[in-house]
Amino acid sequence: MLDATQTDSDPIVRIRGLRKSFGTHEVLKGLDLDIHRGEVVALIGPSGSGKSTFLRCINRLEVIQEGRVEVDGQLIGYQERQTRRGPELRELPQSHIDRQRADIGMVFQSFNLFPHMTVLENITEAPVSVRGQRRADAEATARQLLARVGLADRAGAYPKALSGGQQQRVAIARALAMKPKLMLFDEPTSALDPELVGEVLAVMADLARQGMTMIVVTHEWGFARELADRVVFFEGGHIVEQGPPSELFTAPKTERMREFLAKVL
Amino acid sequence: MSDSNGHGPQGGPLTGPLKPRRHPVRAVIGIVVIALIADLLWKVANNPGFQWDVVGQYFTSRTILLGLWATIWLTLLTIVLGFVLGTLLAVARLSQNPVLQAASFLYVWFFRSVPLLVLILFTFNIAYLLPEIRFGLPLLPPFWTADTNDLITPIGAAILALTLHESAYAAEIVRGGILSVDQGQFEAASALGINRRRQMTRIVIPQAMRAILPAFGNQLIGLLKGTSMVSVIAVGDLLYSAQAVYNRTFQVVPLLVVATLWYVAVTTVLAVVQYHVERHFARGALRNATPGVMTRMTGAWRAIFPASATKPAPIDAETDPET
Ligand SMILES: Nc1ncnc2c1ncn2[C@@H]1O[C@H](COP(=O)(O)OP(=O)(O)OP(=O)(O)O)[C@@H](O)[C@H]1O
Ligand SMILES: [Mg+2]
Repeated sequence: MLDATQTDSDPIVRIRGLRKSFGTHEVLKGLDLDIHRGEVVALIGPSGSGKSTFLRCINRLEVIQEGRVEVDGQLIGYQERQTRRGPELRELPQSHIDRQRADIGMVFQSFNLFPHMTVLENITEAPVSVRGQRRADAEATARQLLARVGLADRAGAYPKALSGGQQQRVAIARALAMKPKLMLFDEPTSALDPELVGEVLAVMADLARQGMTMIVVTHEWGFARELADRVVFFEGGHIVEQGPPSELFTAPKTERMREFLAKVL
Repeated sequence: MSDSNGHGPQGGPLTGPLKPRRHPVRAVIGIVVIALIADLLWKVANNPGFQWDVVGQYFTSRTILLGLWATIWLTLLTIVLGFVLGTLLAVARLSQNPVLQAASFLYVWFFRSVPLLVLILFTFNIAYLLPEIRFGLPLLPPFWTADTNDLITPIGAAILALTLHESAYAAEIVRGGILSVDQGQFEAASALGINRRRQMTRIVIPQAMRAILPAFGNQLIGLLKGTSMVSVIAVGDLLYSAQAVYNRTFQVVPLLVVATLWYVAVTTVLAVVQYHVERHFARGALRNATPGVMTRMTGAWRAIFPASATKPAPIDAETDPET
């Protein structure tokens, strides 16, 4: 399934044979995917095709049934061990998984800011409690990040007092405060009014230009076309087709992709 | 004269100060209710059976104040112990461990089923069941043993019973509060690498507080009055102290009035404290701060008698939390 031109000797994300089911319902049916450093990948596909689930398997918000997920050379969630009956993968202690998650940023469709904390507290919470940074340092970084997402003057506001677009930009700053190796976005603009989509996409475009590795589930075709290095089309728990947006959107190779484009474009 | 489209005689739009609608029926009902209340108060004040002079004499007597103090500290101690234990029970019930879940469920099921009075009598008589209390590990000889009657004094039995009872209710209240927090909050915290314990203490519990506090206030006020049941095992609380006096002087009604007035006074203080604590934990949840108690009382007055209003009554229905 993997395109020969996409192989990379040192990918930052390496996924092999990933299977995930909820009860008897298999959602991901054996996926392979490599993503290299600095790459921006857009995941598209019909509703229920498993895009969110796939993203959540990368930082182990979902426990997988089979396969392996590696980020920056580290196996996520498991430890390889030799036993008398041969090699096995044993689940890591929770504290190790927490440490692995700290290096992977995630932005949700519904923002999920902490409503009882100010914008500044939202951003400094994890650097202080997880990384053990001093509060003053964390606040200085947080203010820089807020300036970068254009919200320098809203540090003391509570999330409820912000517009959706502002909340999502705070959520991006919050994830960036952990200095992640990789950013996961699950439909970051789907809950926004159309006039607020642009400000969030602008922040993401800026991030992409600075070389952040990003995996973005999106329905924003403009974003996928202009900023994605690669578009991956999901359907029925499989990767049906992938390639640079210029090729995928104009000359899809599979009938499935053609049908999907006809429906959504 | 204006036509039905709201235009003045010259056809231009009408202007002038905007007046709230009049509520004549509301005003009449308000006056009738106030008259009834005034009549009741007058009868109470002038009924010789209440012996107000005796009430005044004992209201701040040493016996009563000592009883009041016992009631207050017993309430505060057991609400704290109850909620600490209840929080542990709630976390156990929501944990991944099926044994903890079941144990927590059974505990809550049992202690919610037993009437508080029965529980108090049971703990008071626990020495019949367990003549000795041994501390140690299961299956190993105990490293410390105590005579139950030394350990479980009446006050100890009271604390034990109230805590067992309270913790079962607290467990359900805290569990409900935790479940009221959006799943996305746990996910966002997990994605940042925040561990389970800090997710609870920093993210989830502070938000759950908004759902927990009103119920906590009710429990606290209920417990304040519930402590009066410990008078059956001769713990010197407020009610027991009042009884001790009237058993001597036979002035039953005035001393019950003394106890009642104190219960009402303490409940009022607790309600005011609760209101301010709830406002504190509502931070970030509301766009505007809610109006104070007095604002709302005067608002109610203005709603009944709009003519007396100098300003229109505040429209706060949207931001007002349920009380
Ligand atoms: N926690 C869960 N329990 C059971 N089934 C689930 C759960 N989460 C997702 N699913 C199922 O897995 C399938 C894939 O869901 P997923 O949310 O990954 O789809 P998606 O591609 O992100 O769709 P959308 O575009 O609507 O967000 C769906 O059929 C969904 O019902
Ligand atoms: Mg989704």
